[in-house]
Amino acid sequence: MSKRIVVDPITRIEGHLRIEAVLDENNVIKDAYSSGTMWRGLELILKGRDPRDAWAFTQRICGVCTTVHALTSVRCVEDAIGAQIPPNARIIRNLIDVTQHTQDHLVHFYHLHALDWVDVVSALSADPKETSRIAQSLSAWPKSSPGYFKELQTRLTKFVESGQLGIFSNAYWGHKAYKLPAEVNLIAVAHYLEALDFQKEIVKIHAVFGGKNPHPNYTIGGMTCAIDPNSDNAINIQQLNMVKKIIDDTATFIDQVYIPDLIAIAGYYKGWLHGEGLGNYLSYGNFPQTADPASGLWPSGAILGKDLATIHEIDLADMGQVQEEIARSWYTYSKGDQAALHPWEGETNPKYVGPDLPYEYLDTDHKYSWLKAPRWKGNPMEVGPLARVLLQYAKQEPMIVDTVNGVLGALDVGPEALFSTLGRTAARGIECKQTAGFMSKFYNQLIDNIKAGDYQVFNNDLWDPERWPKECKGFGYTEAPRGALAHWIHIKDKKILDYQIVVPSTWNASPRDGKGQPGAYEAALANTPMEDPEQPLEVLRTIHSFDPCLACASHIMDMNGNEITTVKIV
Amino acid sequence: MKKIETFAGVFKARGVERRDFLKFCSLISVSLGLAPALVPRIVHAMEHKPRIPVLWLHGLECTCCTESFIRSSHPIAADMILNMISLDYDDTLNAAAGHQFEEIRKQIMEEYKGKYILAVEGNAPLKDNGVYCMVGGQSFTSMLKETAENAMAVISWGSCASFGCVQNAKPNPTGAVPIHKIIKNKPIVNVPGCPPIAEVMTGVITHLLTFGKLPELDRLNRPKAFYGTRIHDKCYRRPFFDAGMFVENFDDEGTRKGWCLYKMGCKGPTTYNSCSTIMWNEGTSFPIKSGHPCIGCSEPGFWDNGPFYTRLAEVPFVASDSGADKVGMYAVGAAAAGMAVHAVGTAIKKAKNDSDSNPTQEG
Ligand code: SF4
Ligand code: SF4
Repeated sequence: MSKRIVVDPITRIEGHLRIEAVLDENNVIKDAYSSGTMWRGLELILKGRDPRDAWAFTQRICGVCTTVHALTSVRCVEDAIGAQIPPNARIIRNLIDVTQHTQDHLVHFYHLHALDWVDVVSALSADPKETSRIAQSLSAWPKSSPGYFKELQTRLTKFVESGQLGIFSNAYWGHKAYKLPAEVNLIAVAHYLEALDFQKEIVKIHAVFGGKNPHPNYTIGGMTCAIDPNSDNAINIQQLNMVKKIIDDTATFIDQVYIPDLIAIAGYYKGWLHGEGLGNYLSYGNFPQTADPASGLWPSGAILGKDLATIHEIDLADMGQVQEEIARSWYTYSKGDQAALHPWEGETNPKYVGPDLPYEYLDTDHKYSWLKAPRWKGNPMEVGPLARVLLQYAKQEPMIVDTVNGVLGALDVGPEALFSTLGRTAARGIECKQTAGFMSKFYNQLIDNIKAGDYQVFNNDLWDPERWPKECKGFGYTEAPRGALAHWIHIKDKKILDYQIVVPSTWNASPRDGKGQPGAYEAALANTPMEDPEQPLEVLRTIHSFDPCLACASHIMDMNGNEITTVKIV
Repeated sequence: MKKIETFAGVFKARGVERRDFLKFCSLISVSLGLAPALVPRIVHAMEHKPRIPVLWLHGLECTCCTESFIRSSHPIAADMILNMISLDYDDTLNAAAGHQFEEIRKQIMEEYKGKYILAVEGNAPLKDNGVYCMVGGQSFTSMLKETAENAMAVISWGSCASFGCVQNAKPNPTGAVPIHKIIKNKPIVNVPGCPPIAEVMTGVITHLLTFGKLPELDRLNRPKAFYGTRIHDKCYRRPFFDAGMFVENFDDEGTRKGWCLYKMGCKGPTTYNSCSTIMWNEGTSFPIKSGHPCIGCSEPGFWDNGPFYTRLAEVPFVASDSGADKVGMYAVGAAAAGMAVHAVGTAIKKAKNDSDSNPTQEG
């Protein structure tokens, strides 16, 4: 007899996500349904505004991957009006962006994902001496003495005994799917706390160049953070030294804490290789090295059916490539609900036809999500770190090939292990090591330019809208921590006529499309056995391995700015 | 949930010496800008109070408030959530999900009637029965009302919960409204900003824990300790404003010399926040220091207060160092009508102006 479980809200993510899953008599997931349950409607809000302000509005789509929408937006407007930015601005933007990737991945691993693998309560019974021995065998990280772990354990014991468990309340401690020895759990708890403290240091780089984090400032035409090594009111050596120190400390933390923990934890779960999913991967590329957006250190391309030998080229302007469907989403299209529309011709007419509130189950045979279903040439695609790592692996990028092979070797598994929940989690760590390296690369590029006497960070040529074409269109893209992100704009008479965004989590969290093809979460959950359907630990593992960001996902922008119709509750 | 501990007990259990505990208490008082004489009261409070449960709800938002919160440097987030409060329910950090997670909320509402804090990030869409934000199969609006019922007080994090923020900008497609439009019978502290500064967020909570009452609020329910003055009043670029030395474009000499950003659209003269004093990310910088004009993100309706790079209405500049130049405006460009408040740029008059001269429009 099959049964249906509901996990709503999914916690340790950004935004509001609901999963419904149908299990067979052996508690194996047969079908899963992913539903985004919020919508903010920014498309109408952007209409008619100054395009130079768009970065600030779109940045508020997400405060977790803060910065990526702002960056994509300034690229988009600059593409439309034909503005060029100085090399220093490109480098600083890359540095802010890569800082975001590194910090975001670290926070994801420890604070949003680790508790799917780490049993906090089990850490209470760890032997501090043995914990210290294991920690020192894993890495040279200095905080690893028996005394350090003993003190932490005492604190933790008191905390648990207080009865006020806070964020650890009523969770799945003792669940059979937890496999780590008590000592490894204790190490992970120690690093959960250390990472919580350290993440706030990394983003100080945003404050130096963008004034604050979350939500640092951008501007079209470059950046506003003046550089002058001989001024006491611009970025000079004191601030650059701070940036340099943060970069060095970050690399150390990734190398000595994150990567060793990832390998140690994965070693106990390599028998749990569920969550493969679609086998289709998409990436737009990022970190341009010249004025050409395609000059990125990260390549663009699509992989279909796990075939790494064939990389398909991507064109965001091709009306037949990126398209959005709404057959199973709470929207209507004027051409009918089976239509697939490119962002340039997109529509957003919300129409809720789900059950009356409050409800127990959604009507998953029909429409069941506020997310649309983006498809590439009709295919559902997975985006994110695994897509990027596979693409670079396929293209033989040496650093990635070495690191991937190193991790696979350390775990004693073959490359097929990458196509799994654990593979997704490992790819994020591998990528984080790469981005920590990029931080220092971009810093050095900036220093070289300043040394050569180039202080320019802003180009004023097209600041004044009087100098813009009367009407123009453009798009900008990046790879956000969670995957491929693009914005499209249509400017008329110095104002935003239309604005459209297709974000990473809409790809990954999408519901089924007109052909009934599931989205990436839905496909990855299928065939997963659950120890205890009442305690959805396995569901959380796989969903978290994608690092969901639902506020992003549900901010679909409407290219044509259609009026929102009245929603009927049926 | 039965055994209740005090801060001092937790500190002691952590092996923190009394000397260090006292040092910690005086640090808190410094960060709150309090007189040293108050330190003993903080110590007493920390020694005798159990950890207050906090239920942190997320409505329509972007989670930047949570992200800012965990950037706090004094106290650090780990100390805040593990030792000072009991953060029992928070979408972003809780280990439990689904119905196990919801059980926590119900249990706290029951066991700690009138003794828990409801913290809200984001806001509620009222249109169409609230279908634009649903949690656990119910509308966020109904969940908010239900959770507020037994709360001791409500903290509205960020501009979303306080004033409406971006989803409430024109034409507000989902009918999003700030929390005080829905919850009418509880004390509410508004902590605006997009997001608010980390130490302001942790400061609001520590104030409550330490003194046992909410901080004093202005007429927009903002704590006076953090929203008492305008950015402009304490901006380090103010001497350039007074001297009439302005950045004219982001690539000119004034940019590199750190001149005033007024002409680039700076909303510092109309924005109440602590950016120019506490600054961001442990005092690293703030928007104006990185050369970008303030966009006024802690003000009601700031998304609709005119384009960010359009200067506040024309000002007859008297290049003087007397500080007597008058800025007769408070809105942007053509949209100035109806909101004109006579702002005087001197520290003396400013004290009287305070927040009462602030537009009250929600937005
Ligand atoms: S107050 Fe503004 S900001 Fe904070 S969650 Fe909201 S959009 Fe983000
Ligand atoms: S206008 Fe802005 S930059 Fe100029 S002094 Fe005031 S707050 Fe500072």
